[in-house]
Amino acid sequence: MNAPSFDARLDIAAIRAQFPILEQKIRGKDLVFLDSAASAQKPRAVIDAMVGAMETQYANIHRGLHWMSERTTEAYEATRDAAARLLNAGDRHEIVFVRNSTEGINLVAHSYGRGIMKPGQAVVISAMEHHSNIVPWQMLRDAHGTELRVAPINDAGELDMAAYEALFADGKVGLVAITHMSNVLGSYTPAERIIQIAHAHGAKVLLDGSQAVVHRRVDVRALDADFYVFTGHKLYGPTGIGVLYGKRELLEAMPPWMGGGDMISSVTYERSTWARVPHKFEAGTPAIIEGIGLNAAIEWVEGIGYPAIAAHEAALTDHALSRLSAIEGLTVIGRAQDRGGVVSFTLDRAHAHDIATLLDRAGIAVRAGHHCAEPLMHRLGLESTARASFGIYTTPGEIDVLADTLIKVREFFQ
Amino acid sequence: MFEDLRDLYNATIIERGRRPRHMRRLEDFDATAKGDNPMCGDRVQVWVKYAGDGTIAATGFDARGCEISKAAADLMVEAVAGHSATSTRRLFAAFRTLAQTGECAECAEELKPMLPLAAVHEYPSRVKCATLPWHALIAALEGEGATTSE
Repeated sequence: MNAPSFDARLDIAAIRAQFPILEQKIRGKDLVFLDSAASAQKPRAVIDAMVGAMETQYANIHRGLHWMSERTTEAYEATRDAAARLLNAGDRHEIVFVRNSTEGINLVAHSYGRGIMKPGQAVVISAMEHHSNIVPWQMLRDAHGTELRVAPINDAGELDMAAYEALFADGKVGLVAITHMSNVLGSYTPAERIIQIAHAHGAKVLLDGSQAVVHRRVDVRALDADFYVFTGHKLYGPTGIGVLYGKRELLEAMPPWMGGGDMISSVTYERSTWARVPHKFEAGTPAIIEGIGLNAAIEWVEGIGYPAIAAHEAALTDHALSRLSAIEGLTVIGRAQDRGGVVSFTLDRAHAHDIATLLDRAGIAVRAGHHCAEPLMHRLGLESTARASFGIYTTPGEIDVLADTLIKVREFFQ
Repeated sequence: MFEDLRDLYNATIIERGRRPRHMRRLEDFDATAKGDNPMCGDRVQVWVKYAGDGTIAATGFDARGCEISKAAADLMVEAVAGHSATSTRRLFAAFRTLAQTGECAECAEELKPMLPLAAVHEYPSRVKCATLPWHALIAALEGEGATTSE
């Protein structure tokens, strides 16, 4: 087997040295962490930024008239600039902080869905969505009388674009909410084309970028996305902080979702008026420390640069597909042409949970189950898969350990 | 490299997981319930037929899941045969302790065939695999129809 060509611009050893957790041993073996699509590990820069804030520069934000509050507000708000830069948003006011992608999608479902969409209009999702991009639209359907349509995928795990476009024929579609990259199959969706078709039919588009933003440069203006969500903890940042990007005119037109402090302009018992965007959508004291940590994560990712990240992960994925496909009895699930560093598979002799337990014994962390995508599992005719997912710190040697160990797993169950 | 895992994946578990003896839907049944583990996607359905005195005359199950959940369901069917709802609940309590701690103090004869599942207590994330069929059985006996191992 030829050695894959890994990007020379990336010094993986130096990158790994920035992740303290990677020094951990699991049952005496080196940790092989192949579960980054569930949540990524954190570099020293993120850890230090969060600890540093708590140790030297912390108070509540947006309201204090004292030095600590002002400095903390500046640090937190700098993350808004960083997120706008990361997504190439034109205006920092288009960045709304949420807890995670799930909350971002729920915000749009609630505010845009109930406030702007009309009963009888339809929402289009795809057949490879995470539950977080299915259930909010079911709840909208049941509460508001919208319809939920599902764009099918082909057997390779790619969106069926002809079938997608056909869903617009009756002119009822008001919103498309679709993943930018599948957390199970690793497939990228053709976001630009998805948006062009939707816009041609007068529909808005929300992209779930939870996976995509980790692996590839996202440009919401080039895509002309109306909404884009991602979560901090998959992007080497903390949990509890995520981002909803929305075009300003849409956010301005949308009613607030949650009420409380920080989101108002004035309050009397008769009526309240709303703060301007994005604060209209940010009720209550936010995740301040986590927001500051997210800024560090974004700067850290930008410091490495998406071209190097994408090249490294493409080489890893090619290597993984080649090594895993060569294992007798192993089936790789999803064969999309355009894919990222997530590989799901099944083994003829062992259930995914049993595979995961054995791999764990070897210090290898993978995910096993339905990956919060039960309808996709059903579409694929599967109960569950094992999933290896890669991060910037993943090495080809770790893929080899996975492949060699899987051969032994299969022997164990003979 | 996995020889220490033979305590969990021992011959009984592999045999019962691969070729369960009681994995069938009862055509004639008095009670049934489904059990779900929503975190991992395991699913089991249990059917029960009562004898005239209200004890369990026959149990069948259908399961989609790992070797451990199927083996646990298969062994459970044999353990509860002839038991009333009350004594089945008692067996479940003892089995749950076995799965969580590996201990079976004053172990009932009916539970001894389940001792091959004792090692599951060393794998906390897998305890639910072994208890899910029991949750479904208890739900069936109580007429609840559905339960989860959460």
